[in-house]
This record gives sequence, structure tokens and C-alpha cells, in this order.
Amino acid sequence: MKVLVCVKRVVDFNTRIQVKSDGTGVQLDGVKFSMNPFDEIAVEEAIRLKEAGIASEVVAVSIGNDKSQDTLRSALAMGADSAVLINADQEVQPLAAAKALKTVVEQQQPKLVLMGKQAIDDDANQTGQMLAALLGWPQATFASELVIDGDTANVTREVDAGLETLNVDLPAVVTSDLRLNEPRYIKLPDIMKAKRKPLDTLAMADVAGGETAMIETVKTSAPPQRQAGIKVDSTEALLAELKTRNLV
Amino acid sequence: MSNILVIAEHANGQLNNSTARAVACAKAIGGEVTVLALTASGDEVATAAATIAGVSNVINLQDVSNGHALAATQAPQIAAIADGYSHVLAPNSTFGKDLMPRVAALMDAPMVTDIMAVHDARTFDRPVYAGNAITTVKVPDSVAVVATVRCASWAPEAGEQAAAAVESSANSAALPTHTRFVGLVSEQGDRPDLQAADRVVSGGRGLGAAEHFALVEGLADKLGAAVGASRAAVDSGWVPNDLQVGQTGKIIAPELYIAAGISGAIQHLAGIKDAGTIVAINKDPDAPIFEVADIGLVADLHQVLPELTNAL
Ligand SMILES: Cc1cc2nc3c(=O)[nH]c(=O)nc-3n(C[C@H](O)[C@H](O)[C@H](O)COP(=O)(O)OP(=O)(O)OC[C@H]3O[C@@H](n4cnc5c(N)ncnc54)[C@H](O)[C@@H]3O)c2cc1C
Ligand SMILES: Nc1ncnc2c1ncn2[C@@H]1O[C@H](COP(=O)(O)O)[C@@H](O)[C@H]1O
Repeated sequence: MKVLVCVKRVVDFNTRIQVKSDGTGVQLDGVKFSMNPFDEIAVEEAIRLKEAGIASEVVAVSIGNDKSQDTLRSALAMGADSAVLINADQEVQPLAAAKALKTVVEQQQPKLVLMGKQAIDDDANQTGQMLAALLGWPQATFASELVIDGDTANVTREVDAGLETLNVDLPAVVTSDLRLNEPRYIKLPDIMKAKRKPLDTLAMADVAGGETAMIETVKTSAPPQRQAGIKVDSTEALLAELKTRNLV
Repeated sequence: MSNILVIAEHANGQLNNSTARAVACAKAIGGEVTVLALTASGDEVATAAATIAGVSNVINLQDVSNGHALAATQAPQIAAIADGYSHVLAPNSTFGKDLMPRVAALMDAPMVTDIMAVHDARTFDRPVYAGNAITTVKVPDSVAVVATVRCASWAPEAGEQAAAAVESSANSAALPTHTRFVGLVSEQGDRPDLQAADRVVSGGRGLGAAEHFALVEGLADKLGAAVGASRAAVDSGWVPNDLQVGQTGKIIAPELYIAAGISGAIQHLAGIKDAGTIVAINKDPDAPIFEVADIGLVADLHQVLPELTNAL
């Protein structure tokens, strides 16, 4: 079974982002980028399926500018077999991304698409569900466990009430939550090997599937900052402070 | 004028209070508010929704497939009746997050995740980068507004009204059979619900071991508070996943938030930005949590938590 895994290049999760003072966005110059952490988990899951003999081939796909090649090379170094870059210089919102990914799915015919539950830049949490809808496939979002069982998959999902398990027919879209697995570290020889693996490039216009309505970003602003308050030096002082403020 | 459809969240015949929060956002948009309850049988949910102040009418859409909320089967039901509405809203709980993008794609509409504030009927504020930036976004006139509502930003619409009209309806859309509910494991005891609680006591890696989480629970029980946790505490297996607070866990806005043994990573802080008062107990004076804490105590939690619990 072929597995397609979607990886997005985003501002590294450790970065404290700065909002530009003119309200046009966040400062991206000189900022460290890396693979969206949830996508790293998705890649790891795909590789483990291959190591377990369940997946036969893992294809990584990313939509973005040329620099997204780095992200794809990371996926290849982790163990993906080949990669597809959908080249887009402009912003690609979830609905447009889902339409482009649908085209790639139709070309590649995977039995499973693994994605992150959310990209930590736009925090949209949409693309996987949208792709599943466009394909008419089952979706299992926020996965913390994935067990492939013949032509179906049992997926445990992290939901507000606890852990929910779904059984879905394959092909399906599964989006990863944090506890699905712990991604491996990439070793130097793997980086070298990854350089020789195939990476195809497609133009966004060729896979976009027509016009898609876009949400306009009018302005970006910094959130109200919380200020550090007071320090107390003992449990008694803490309790007294809580009482003064009518909190206990 | 806007004609707003709010999708009710419910389980076991109980309406979740996230629905009233989504209604509060709908009222800020302005216009007529219809609540859609997707149910398998019974009318408790629809009747409860009809009494939320500001609701004009309720549709109880009954189908056997609605015994469990599955996005794959509920999205087509919603898309089939969404046509006449200018807005389709749901709470940004795991229920809404799973469902609404599927609805949006079926409607060929882009979607707004996590509405925090309303500027006008098509212009909203939403957080990005774990809440470290707020974007003001505008949905084009060519499509309906499909969105989720950030529960922590909207107090549930207060008060009850004389019940609005409830209309029963049957599903007309073709529904897939490729997705099956297997089970739900819920460890929720009798403590208050994390997302609804006025007070929350959270523990992090600083607790050191699963058994020490009893210190957090002891204080929470004394305060009548809900229990929360950092990702590190959940990853360690000390507490279930549904207690995780943060960017990718629950976003909460209690009046009082007590963080014990939590460093205050960006992703954790994203979940508590709207808390009333943040109290931090951490032995490291340089922990980032102190940059946002209203009351900080640099001390060993193993000493402070029992002292505080006993003194209350
Ligand atoms: C994509 C992504 C999403 C994430 N989402 C979330 C999320 O939703 N929620 C979340 O919480 N995290 C999230 N994280 C993880 C986050 O980055 C931090 O790793 C995590 O919050 C750290 O948890 P912690 O504060 O308990 O542990 P640590 O950072 O290890 O902090 C432990 C603290 O305990 C203190 N301590 C130790 N012993 C004692 C003692 N005896 N008394 C008092 N204090 C003590 C230490 O000084 C330290 O400050 C996410 C990370 C990523 C990459
Ligand atoms: N530009 C992109 N390239 C590749 N994958 C993407 C892209 N945008 C979104 N995705 C996938 O969709 C998931 C959810 O993204 P989002 O809906 O933006 O939060 C991500 O974790 C990725 O797996």
C-alpha cells in the first residue's frame, strides 16, 4: 500500500514571533523554519508502517516556494521514498491546498494520506478534513494511535471527552496528534542518501483545480501582552493575596 | 441581514455549553439565529437549545447515523441545508474542528477557524502562531461564512427565554457508510469540566511522577477546581490527554489558573492567555511562566501545594 504524507514548511516552534509594526504580518526575515511538528509525526508514522511491512512506498508532498525542498529533503532523510513539490510563491490557504493535494492523490493513488492535525503557523486545523471531503474519503483527525487492519484502519483520536476510536475503510485521510509517536532524529548518512532520492516539482497552477475563494487578511496585530504581576515569598503570603483578590 | 446557522454540540442527550458560546458569537454578528441539532432520536437537545436567549428557531434533524457525531456523516447533512444561510458556525471544540472544515469543503467555501472577535458580519479576529499574533480576516461576499468560534472568547449567552420554535426535519443527503464509531474512553470523574470551570489547577513536568499529581488534585478538590496539565505531564502518561492545556490542547479562560511545575512554554501559554488571574508555583525564578503570572511564588511545589491545600 502506498502512503502519501503532507509536510508544510513553517516557522520553527521555538521561535518567538514578532508582529510587524505596520500590521502587514509577522517578521519572517532571518527566522528559523522547519517542518511542521505534526507533519514530522505524520512522516514518522508513514515510515513505521513501511518498516512494519504494511506500507510499500512513502511519498512526501509539500506546497510552497523553493525552500520547501528542504522540508521534503528532511522527509526523505527520515525515510520517505520520493517527494513532490507543488511550487507556489503566493499564500496557499487550506481549501486551495486541499484541492491541490486532491490532484496529487488522484495521480499517486495512495491508500492512506497522513497529515498533521494543524500547521503551527496558521493554526487552521482544516486541510486534512477538507481533502477528505473533496475525495469523499473517511477522515480520522487528531490520531494518537493508528492500526491498519486489511482494508480498514482503527484510529484512536484525542477528543475533548477523552479517547475515541473509529474504524474507517481505506483509502482514508488521517491527521496526527502529538502522541501518535515520537519522530526519530535524522542521521547524517540519511541526509546524504536523501539527496539522491527523486523530488519532482509541479506548478500550483497545474494542480489547483480552478478558482478558489480566498479569505483576505486585513491586518495582523500583536495580542494584548500580559504583564508580570507580583512575587510572593511564602504559601501564607500567596493565600493572603488570593483572599485579598477574592479568588478563594 | 444575516441568517446564521449554529451547529449544536451535544452528547448523551445533553447540550454542551459550547453551543451557547457559539450563539453568543452569532448574536455579535447579528441577525436571525437558528440552531441545528443533529440527533438520532429524542428532542432533549433541541428543547434545551430553544431556550438559549437569542435563538430564533431550532431544527432537530433526526437520522440514525447521528447516534455518534461523525464528521463524515454529519457534514453532508449540514451542507444540504446550509444553502439558505449566510453563516454556519460551530464551537471550536474537537467536535467543531473535526466537522466544520468538511462542511466548508462540501460548500466550496474557505473557513475561518477560531473567531475571537467580530468586526462586522464578514470580518473577524482570529489567532495565529499559537496566539502570538491576531489576524483580522474578511470572508469574500461570494461564499457563506463557515467558521468555528473560540469558546474561551465568548461567555455562554446568559439567561433563558421562552422556548423558540422547534422544527423536526429528516435528512435528505446521501450519507457514506465508510466510517464507524468503535468506542469512547472517558476518564472524566466528578471534577468540573476543564473548559467550563472558574478555577483550574494545572501540573507539569515539575511534579516529577504520576503519584505526585495527587498534590494538584488535592488542591483542585479543595478549591472546587478543574484539573489541567502541560503536554509534558500528559506525554509522561501521568494524566489523560483531555487535560492538556495549550495551543494544541484546550484553550481555557478560568477566573483563577494555578500552574505548578510548569515552565510556561509558548504553546502552553497559548491556552491560558484569557485567564483572569494566573498563579505560578515554580522553583526556577527564571521560568517564563513568571513573565505572565499575576502572582508568582518561587518555591518547591512539594512543599507549597500541601501547605496551601491544608490552609484552605
Ligand atoms: C507542536 C507543539 C505543540 C505543543 N502543544 C502544547 C500544548 O498544547 N500544551 C503544552 O503544555 N505544551 C505543548 N507543547 C510542549 C511545550 O513546548 C513544552 O514542552 C511543555 O509545555 C513543557 O511542559 P512543562 O512546563 O510541564 O515541562 P518543563 O518545560 O520541563 O517545565 C517543568 C518546570 O517545572 C519546574 N519544576 C521542577 N521541579 C519543581 C519543583 N519541585 N517545584 C516547583 N517547580 C518545579 C521547573 O523549574 C520547570 O520550569 C507543544 C509543543 C509542540 C512542538
Ligand atoms: N502548504 C502545505 N504543504 C503541505 N502540506 C500542507 C500544507 N498546508 C497544510 N498542509 C497539511 O495540512 C495539515 C493541516 O494544516 P492546516 O489546515 O493549515 O492547519 C498540515 O499539518 C499539513 O500536513
